[in-house]
Amino acid sequence: MSMLHTVNKSPFERNTLESCISLAVPGSAILLIEDGVIGAMANTKHSEMVKAAMANVKIYVLGPDLKARGLNEGNVVDGISVVGYGEFVDLTTEHSAVQSWL
Amino acid sequence: MEDGDQVIKKFMYMNRKAPYGTIYAWESLEVVLIAAAFDQDISLVFADDGVYQLMKDQNTEEVGMKNFSKTYSALGDYDIKKIYIEQESLEERGLSLEDLQGLKYEDEDDDWAEKDSIILVSRAELAKVIDEQDVVFSF
Repeated sequence: MSMLHTVNKSPFERNTLESCISLAVPGSAILLIEDGVIGAMANTKHSEMVKAAMANVKIYVLGPDLKARGLNEGNVVDGISVVGYGEFVDLTTEHSAVQSWL
Repeated sequence: MEDGDQVIKKFMYMNRKAPYGTIYAWESLEVVLIAAAFDQDISLVFADDGVYQLMKDQNTEEVGMKNFSKTYSALGDYDIKKIYIEQESLEERGLSLEDLQGLKYEDEDDDWAEKDSIILVSRAELAKVIDEQDVVFSF
C-alpha cells in the first residue's frame, strides 16, 4: 500500500508542495487541503509542476476548502479529483500511512 | 499633512496571505476597521496570496468558519477609498479583477457619487505607493 501525503500550504508561499512532489514515490497520493488547495488551480505559475507530477502520483483536492476560498471546482488542473470530508477519511484508510507536510 | 491640530499620517495595510488557512487576513480586517476611527489617510494593499481574500463567492459553510469576505464591502462606509491590487499577483494566479468582488465608496465631494475603491497597479507602481507611506502594517 502506498502513502497519502497531505499538503496544507500555498505553493506561492512555501515550497512544501514542490518538496512533497519530489519526495513522494510513484504510486502515492497527494491530498491538497487548507491553503494547499491553491496548488490545485489551473493557469497559475505552479500548474505545470502539478501537471507533470500527475504522471507519477494521484492528486486530490478538498472541495470544502476550495469553496471557502471562492475557488471554482471546475477550474482545477485536469486530472485532479475534488473530494469531500468523507472521501478524505476513505483515503486515509486506503493508504498505508498519512504524511502531513507542514 | 495637518488637519487642524491633528496630524494625519499615511497608513498602509499590506495583505499578502490567503484567507482561512491562517488568521492574518481576518486580523488585518479587524485592525483596519478599528484604525478607521482615527481619521488617518488609509490605504490597503492586496498582493501575493492576499488577492485571494477578495475572491467572489466564498462559501465557508462546510469548513465551519466565519465567512468574513462580505465585510470588505463595508470599507467604503469607513471612508477607506484606496484599495490597491497588484496586477502581477493576479496574473501569476490566473486571475483577473473579474474574479474579485467590486469595492466602492461614496464621494462626499461629488454629491456622494459611488466610485471604485479598487486601484489596479503594477508592481513598479505599488513600490512607489509603499515608499510614500509613513507607516506600513504587514499581514
